[in-house]
Amino acid sequence: MKLNVNGAMHEVDAPADMPLLWALRDLLNLTGTKFGCGMAQCGACTIHLDGAPVRSCVTPVSAAEGKAVTTIEAIATSELGQRIQAAWVAEDVPQCGYCQSGQIMSAVALLKEHPQPTDANIDTAMDGNLCRCGTYNRIRRAIHRAAGN
Amino acid sequence: MSQDLAAASPSRRSFLKTAALATGSALVVSFSLPQRAFGAGAATPTHGGTLSAFIRIAADGIVTLTLGKVEMGQGAHTGLAQLLAEELEAPWAALNVEHSPALPAYAGPGFPMMITGGSTSIAACFIPLRTAAAAAREMLVAEAASRWNVPVSECAAEQGVVKHGSSQRKLSYGELAAAAGQRPVPAKPTLKSRSEWRYIGQAMPRVDSAAKSRGETRYGIDVRRPGQRYAQLARPPRGGRLTAANFAAARAVPGVTDVFEIPQGIAVVASNTWAAKQGRDALQPKVLIEQDAGFSTVALAKHYSELAKQPGQVARAEGDLAKAAATATQRVEVDYAFPYLAHAPMEPLNCTAMVTPEGVQLWLGTQGQTFDQMAAARVAGIRPDQVSIETCMLGGGFGRRASVAGDNVAPAVEIAKRLPGVPVQLVWTREDDLTDGFYRPQAHHRVVVQLGADGFPLSWQHTVVAQPLAKGTLLERAMMNPQTGIEVTLTEGIDNLPYAVPVVHVQVHQTTAKVPVQWWRSVGSTHTAFALECCIDECAHAAKQDPVAYRLALLKDSPKEKRALEMVAAKAGWGKPLPKGHAQGVAVASSFGSTVAQVAEVSLVNGQPRVHRVVAVMDCGTVINPHLVEQQVQSAIAYGLSAALREEITFAADQVEQTNFHAYQPLRLNEMPVVEVHLVESTEPPTGVGEPGTPPIGPAVANALRALTGEAVRQLPFTRRSWG
Repeated sequence: MKLNVNGAMHEVDAPADMPLLWALRDLLNLTGTKFGCGMAQCGACTIHLDGAPVRSCVTPVSAAEGKAVTTIEAIATSELGQRIQAAWVAEDVPQCGYCQSGQIMSAVALLKEHPQPTDANIDTAMDGNLCRCGTYNRIRRAIHRAAGN
Repeated sequence: MSQDLAAASPSRRSFLKTAALATGSALVVSFSLPQRAFGAGAATPTHGGTLSAFIRIAADGIVTLTLGKVEMGQGAHTGLAQLLAEELEAPWAALNVEHSPALPAYAGPGFPMMITGGSTSIAACFIPLRTAAAAAREMLVAEAASRWNVPVSECAAEQGVVKHGSSQRKLSYGELAAAAGQRPVPAKPTLKSRSEWRYIGQAMPRVDSAAKSRGETRYGIDVRRPGQRYAQLARPPRGGRLTAANFAAARAVPGVTDVFEIPQGIAVVASNTWAAKQGRDALQPKVLIEQDAGFSTVALAKHYSELAKQPGQVARAEGDLAKAAATATQRVEVDYAFPYLAHAPMEPLNCTAMVTPEGVQLWLGTQGQTFDQMAAARVAGIRPDQVSIETCMLGGGFGRRASVAGDNVAPAVEIAKRLPGVPVQLVWTREDDLTDGFYRPQAHHRVVVQLGADGFPLSWQHTVVAQPLAKGTLLERAMMNPQTGIEVTLTEGIDNLPYAVPVVHVQVHQTTAKVPVQWWRSVGSTHTAFALECCIDECAHAAKQDPVAYRLALLKDSPKEKRALEMVAAKAGWGKPLPKGHAQGVAVASSFGSTVAQVAEVSLVNGQPRVHRVVAVMDCGTVINPHLVEQQVQSAIAYGLSAALREEITFAADQVEQTNFHAYQPLRLNEMPVVEVHLVESTEPPTGVGEPGTPPIGPAVANALRALTGEAVRQLPFTRRSWG
């Protein structure tokens, strides 16, 4: 099947039920999207499907056909993505960094919907993304910084 | 990891020598240290010629620091880069930090293994790394002085350039490096004085933030080699084995290339991870449980609580318990029960292995390259030095990636051995990680304290029941107190009780439950500090005294703990009015050479504790990077709070009941308290940073919960029951 990933069309030889996560990581070598749980509990695999955040570990590749898939590798092509990545660096958010691709994808989606998010907006948008290093205080600060709050 | 494995004495003069590595245009300086033998009483062999780290300066001025200490989020690479750049007078922007290969040269410093743990990276490298960098700086200066034919004393290094004072001539490090590398290494390079430091003590930005924020960092799980295949392992249940499986069904899954048995289970190899997983599911193996039938943690907890009432091995016995009891006016008698805990790093364990006629090549994130080499060598029937490791960035460690048993590497090499020349990546699913792990031990503490008429303890009688971590491993002797035969992790924090109590008796039951156990961030202090700090709070309560004032009175001989406690009380506004329904709890604990005091502000939401704010004071000696210390204290609090609130690994009918993050539930962003971190100003040598923030959070919250509800917390995690 054909997948539109980060603005380019790719021919992917995958069964329809293969989670998009593994198609990205193992077939297209886009390893910025991470595996953490396989059941939409941790958010490490968050990507955008037509701009909306989804957990790619439970999204069959067939559901991405005909839609625009955006991963961390291309998030800086938008001004908002750049702004959020810059805020992440300015606040030195990452520790081990493994969950941060997913955190950033969720944060971009949040700021698209709420350009000036409240703490409550942040709680709701980000509580699906686990971080075992406990970078949560800085994630919150970075989102506020990116929003110019 | 135990403090016993911590740094060699930082005051020990490092022995510098140039490596014969000055290839091309690079100046390479390395340091080696006399190694300390494992095991008590063993002689200390000399460490002739083995190197511990390398500094490389290329012609373009780029300074590459090749580190044996790994970066798993704790910020070691940034902190170590600061030490190097400081003495080298290197421009921050010119630094490049990389993981070293697994060679004896990169062991230690202080012991003959490559291990990152025990909160030791900065403390252990503080003197050796700066000394190596100062030597490199002096060689660059000597080279410049020689070219100009002027005395060295007229030249100075500054930010990547050597300058001659009166003539204003300059040469860059890049121009000097190749020739400087051929010069003799100064035996006693001069370190900068504290007042000259430009990087140490500064909040330098992390060297790894940008790549990690762009998704560019390559973790072990991201390794992609030409011809690579992907494996999943059907693991037998605990205490049992797989008796039959549908190999044909697994082979029929498109993409599956190989299905075979290895000692650890049945391997399914495929062209991608999903196919391997589908193949594994198709196996539908039959299982036979043969060992320890019916093992449950509920029964184990009952057994432990009974054991705690029996005499155990004596760790410490000072003073007369009976005499204390005879004069006591109150008795505090408490039990604390702790569950097994999983580390659950966000990057599931994985290892990519390739077996060739030359040896074994591994790619993975690891805290223990030496253990991994040994495990791979055992499987492949070769020597450990024939195992090469490319250490990748670690997606969290917390102790799990320092596996003495090499339980991640061994099955990967078993699989790769069957497919010579093919790189095979074995990825653990989260279910594998949680149900087939090595855990923080389940534990039980029983404490009996006799209080005198003034309300202060006359005696402290403490019994610990838990599995030792290193029993049966090559670290068993190194981690055992040779006088008592008790593993040091079981009593750390208790046998050095900071409170002034005249009679102290500590006993230990080292149990043999058949559950694999391993160090978990802050190790023994994960439970010892909880028992101590909750029990002392209960004593204060029984004595009708303020918990901070009560502790301070008992800390008269423990100035570090006293200072941290006084500071945290002041910063947190201890005793000042709080919002209705809120209460504060306090705890102080020392581990890995550092002291941390915390005050937690807690309320109840729907019968469960909600932690609003934590004020923490950290005394870790000289602070290399205040910003990284703050990060680590925040991180340690999140990790410890996750465990205190909700985490537990339980077994029923032999099997782990928590299979993924829906059941093993770390803290989420919306539950993270505001954390304020204050650092004690100190000129003492640096001590641990990564772990010491973890022990106090559980008891601080528990003590707040007791203040709030009047009910003491005796069992973890807290959310096993409802409150208020």
